[in-house]
Amino acid sequence: MTIAWTSVAPAVSAAFLSSLVEAVEALTIVLSVATVRGWRPAGLGALAGMVSLALIVLTLGPLLDHIPLHALQLVIGVLLLLFGMRWLRKAILRAAGIIPLHDEALAFATGTAALREQERHHGARLDWLAGLASYKAIVLEGLEVVFVVIAVGAGRGLLVPASIGALAACVLVAAVGFAVHRPLARVPENALKFTVGVMLSSFGVFWTGEGLGVPWPGEDLAILGFAALFLIVAVAALRLMRSPAQQAIS
Amino acid sequence: MKILISIFRELAGLFIDDGLFALALSVVVVLAAIVAAIAPAVPIAAGVVLLVGCLGVLLGNVTKLYSR
Repeated sequence: MTIAWTSVAPAVSAAFLSSLVEAVEALTIVLSVATVRGWRPAGLGALAGMVSLALIVLTLGPLLDHIPLHALQLVIGVLLLLFGMRWLRKAILRAAGIIPLHDEALAFATGTAALREQERHHGARLDWLAGLASYKAIVLEGLEVVFVVIAVGAGRGLLVPASIGALAACVLVAAVGFAVHRPLARVPENALKFTVGVMLSSFGVFWTGEGLGVPWPGEDLAILGFAALFLIVAVAALRLMRSPAQQAIS
Repeated sequence: MKILISIFRELAGLFIDDGLFALALSVVVVLAAIVAAIAPAVPIAAGVVLLVGCLGVLLGNVTKLYSR
């Protein structure tokens, strides 16, 4: 069976880019834990988080096969719309300076300070709490990755390519994070969120429409058309909102 | 239990950030579903409502926040 690149490329790149963002955020928290309490609680918490994620995927994954295709498309489409457009909206507002940009270095400093504060109060129990913080970061950020992989891959036989895209991003971030031992603050998080927001919103419109029985012109190619429209509207909104001073800077 | 509640809250937060924005998107989906139900002969109409509605909600929401 051959799968068209028009289906594979958007799914893999959406999974890769969104996983990149989530993995960077998870890495920051795990690094905070490792900095305050060492790699043992950070590593054990992260490992437990990955095992939990694997169990969730192995438990819920087979259930997807039992859901009627149109219902699955509709539910995933609506969730993707909510998820993707939330990212796109936030990225536009951040790029326009209405809300502050996400700062990994600041998140790392805040996380480390919070753990040090807990260290003063909880003393010996902190290894447990630190491990839990690491666990929670991996589970929460990982669930977003799992959701995106399922959302862009389910129903079209693209789960494996999307999973490979997501896994590649996680391995890349873990390798770089392990090498540099600091938060990856230089990753252009907002530009990534903007791009992923455009892509996931396009998938969301496509799947929701498919779930409602809409025969999209061009079938899968319609996703690229939606992405172009979302991009045009998002850039137009950004231009409308940017102050003259900001436009002069950029 | 507190951990579970916080995980559930964060999960809900994945999809709902600004309540009005999420509500507006849900309304667009419901409208598209209604159009699909009442005009089955023109199924693309539901798609147009969905696409234009989502783009409109996005533009309306961000520009409204900007003008505040």
